[in-house]
Amino acid sequence: MRLRPIIPLVALFASLAWGAPEQALVDPMRGRVAIPDETKPPLLRNAVNDDARRPRNYEWQPPIIPHRVDGYQIDQNFNKCLDCHARGKTEFSQAIPVSATHYIDRSGTVLDHVSTRRYFCMQCHVPQEPVQPLVGNSFRNAGALNVDAQPTPRAPAK
Amino acid sequence: MLALIRRYWTIIRRPSVHWSLGFLTVGGFIGGIVFWGAFNTAMEFTNTESFCTGCHEMHDNPYADLKNTIHYTNRSGVRAMCSDCHVPHEWTVKMARKMQASKEVWGKVFGTVDTPEKFEAKRLELARHEWARFKANDSLECRNCHNYDYMDFTRQSVRAQNMHSTYLASKEKTCIDCHKGIAHKLPYIPPGQAPTDTPGQIVPKDDAKAQATSVSSGVN
Repeated sequence: MRLRPIIPLVALFASLAWGAPEQALVDPMRGRVAIPDETKPPLLRNAVNDDARRPRNYEWQPPIIPHRVDGYQIDQNFNKCLDCHARGKTEFSQAIPVSATHYIDRSGTVLDHVSTRRYFCMQCHVPQEPVQPLVGNSFRNAGALNVDAQPTPRAPAK
Repeated sequence: MLALIRRYWTIIRRPSVHWSLGFLTVGGFIGGIVFWGAFNTAMEFTNTESFCTGCHEMHDNPYADLKNTIHYTNRSGVRAMCSDCHVPHEWTVKMARKMQASKEVWGKVFGTVDTPEKFEAKRLELARHEWARFKANDSLECRNCHNYDYMDFTRQSVRAQNMHSTYLASKEKTCIDCHKGIAHKLPYIPPGQAPTDTPGQIVPKDDAKAQATSVSSGVN
């Protein structure tokens, strides 16, 4: 008898508690699709293939690959990337040679071939897809911040 | 021996006693058609993919490689099968290749590549045979479909344009020189053992061994 007035209240709190995490869990990859349901995946596009060198986004970023690498064989027998990018091949292929640092093993010895720790190119260097990022990002590299820090010349007063 | 040959020669030269000239002519003609048809049908049958991949050696090794490549599956569904690249299309050279293939029958019978390990061990040798054949016939089997005269350079990437308009146009290089390993996985090619112009790749097999031969530079 005395409990009756609080039943709707309990129900309200319970529904809030139930509903709250669902609101917080919006995955941009899935969109607003319930967990048990299947999403409709976006279409596959063609990777960037214009061979234009992209600037690095930050110091020491491994340069990205501006061409398609579908089906490139990189295994214990053969490395398709090195077929053009090996230092001995670049005169013919006109590709960017692999950095000299990649020929040094971890004990500092210079080798006559790419070191095992640098062998799997696409662990660091990746091809690009022309897609919009799913999550917004306001990252700016140190260079850009330095430019901001400089006193900007004021516009002449009218 | 000579007497035997002479006996058969006289039999062949002797006119027919029982069969009429008409029967022999028409019968020979029909028999010829049947023989030729059967011969070519059998020849075509040995060119089909189901024949090539009928043995587990081909099915589990080169055919499995092919399945991951653009020559097997792509957006337009045009595809190449074994014989498109490995058998010449022209009749005389095709017959020559078919006769060579008797060695492959020998390999099948004696199990030359009947395990994946044996196939891997033979892969470089087999690949070099094909590279040499393509180099010698100016990549004829590629060109059966990929005709240089009809290449639209504007639809190629800049990189491909540059290569095709220089090295391929000047006939300095042929398709196989650059496009190795497009339909099958490449084997380990020891430096200096690659065919034609590619020097082979130095793949890090064993860094410790390589260190012995390389110069220590004291970077660190």
